Amino acid sequence: MNSRPWVLGIIGLLLLAFPFLVPSDYYRHILIISLMWVVIGSSWNLLAGYTGQVSFGHAVFFGTGAYTAGLCVTKLGISAWWGLVLGGPVALLVGLVIGWICFRLRGPYFALATIAVGEIFRLVAIAWRDFTEGMEGILIIQTYRSKVPYYYLALLLAAGCILAIHLVMRSKWGYYFVAIREDQDVAEAIGISTFRYKSLSLMISSFFTGVAGAFYMNYMAFIDPHVVFSLHDVSIMAILVGIIGGVGTLWGPPLGALVMVWLQETFRSSFFGLLPRWVSEAHVLVFGLLVIFVIRYLANGIVGDWAHIKQLIFRSKAASFSTGGDRS
Amino acid sequence: MTYFETQHLTKNFGGLTAVNDLSFAVHQGEIFGLIGPNGSGKTTVFNLITGFYPITSGAIVYRGGTIHGLPTWKICKQGIGRTFQVVKPLRRMTVLDNVVTYAFNRSSSKAEAVAKALEVLDFCGLRTRQDQPAKGLTIGDRKRLEIARALATGPDLLLLDETMAGLTPQEQAEGVELIRKIRDSGITVIIVEHIMHVIMNLCDRILCINYGQEIAAGTPLEVANNQAVIEAYLGKE
Repeated sequence: MNSRPWVLGIIGLLLLAFPFLVPSDYYRHILIISLMWVVIGSSWNLLAGYTGQVSFGHAVFFGTGAYTAGLCVTKLGISAWWGLVLGGPVALLVGLVIGWICFRLRGPYFALATIAVGEIFRLVAIAWRDFTEGMEGILIIQTYRSKVPYYYLALLLAAGCILAIHLVMRSKWGYYFVAIREDQDVAEAIGISTFRYKSLSLMISSFFTGVAGAFYMNYMAFIDPHVVFSLHDVSIMAILVGIIGGVGTLWGPPLGALVMVWLQETFRSSFFGLLPRWVSEAHVLVFGLLVIFVIRYLANGIVGDWAHIKQLIFRSKAASFSTGGDRS
Repeated sequence: MTYFETQHLTKNFGGLTAVNDLSFAVHQGEIFGLIGPNGSGKTTVFNLITGFYPITSGAIVYRGGTIHGLPTWKICKQGIGRTFQVVKPLRRMTVLDNVVTYAFNRSSSKAEAVAKALEVLDFCGLRTRQDQPAKGLTIGDRKRLEIARALATGPDLLLLDETMAGLTPQEQAEGVELIRKIRDSGITVIIVEHIMHVIMNLCDRILCINYGQEIAAGTPLEVANNQAVIEAYLGKE
């Protein structure tokens, strides 16, 4: 336990020094995208992992943030960087409305409703051409040609998001979120307005996901509805990041983000060109198999089952067989 | 002013009348027993009082105001705590975190909630278990945690739903002691229980219901000797 601040410090220093240690723009890009997924995965985890409200629709907030930034340019004629300021609040408001409607439903019904909302947003973004430019998408001019400013911005967002969630989970809100996950009837019986606290969790979650979306617009300089409102590339990816890293743990989603982005990139590039092109088409299949494996053997994700993994690797009888994870 | 009462309380589930025109009053500071055979509507009465089910007709009055129609969490805020017949700990939290969560109901800071939680754990004899995950507790300790939950929310009126079921005689004796201590601390208690010697020992007054209707009311001795009560439990000769 006492080694934790040291480990965090070393990882932090390595991340700060990364652009100087690794001059390759390709690897910088991979890490920027990973850091963005740290934000989305951690946000999803706050709602699904800690509060127990599994969302299949986080693309709504990501896309809303991205389009807020894009529309700053096309409709308001101001810099897309304003999206970084506005994207979070706009996504939060969207989250508030969606929560107001969907939190009447519990468990799987809530999850199904979020899929529907996600698809509605995608289809509206395609159809409403006067406002969103439809499938032509929005193209802006990148502010920086170097990856380095984007890297530090992504690092700041990821660190800020993890810190915010850490602080929330130590407060009354955090206790109430977990109480709602564990038993909604009990939560009501001990004086928690489950509707209010589920909405608060969703608002924080949608805020950070919206900021990540605005960052994506600024960094990639192009969005269209299929990219930012995608069910499988954003909503499902957020879930994969969460469950592979460890649902309901602080460090699960950050680890899951690194693993998933690296895996996705490995497949997209057909194992860096070593395998034939058709391999890149197989990534959805492999993600599916990975989910089956994780749910079957590591139900609490890599971080949640860390003690178990250590035991398997080192075959040490001393390692305890605890379920691990913070309050999970 | 009556401390707590139900007036002509009725609950229909479709064609089934689970609680039928039930009126009773509870005085501040007493232990009030609610008994009846299986399926007689005792737990339904608790679920109506705490707002888990909406009432069909009648009224529930607590400290001079009607509380029926309020959401469950507001009823808790007003000072009515409850336990569940099937114990419901927050399974993946430690015992201490469980009680801290409950204690936030009347605490403005985390430090205050933790202090309150430790006090309740001491009171309920769970202090030695505080760092265990709640799902690993024995049934006796889970029942204690159930009571600790209701206490930590800072209730004025406590509804206990079969907190003794499944306990050993030794644990039952400890439970009776704990409930007396709770009453002596100034909390009014309504208790649903099947174990007769517990009820007879603890209660100041008892209401016996069957098919959701009152069949007898009075002191433990009066109710135990009531012909209608004996028939409801054992059948007619």
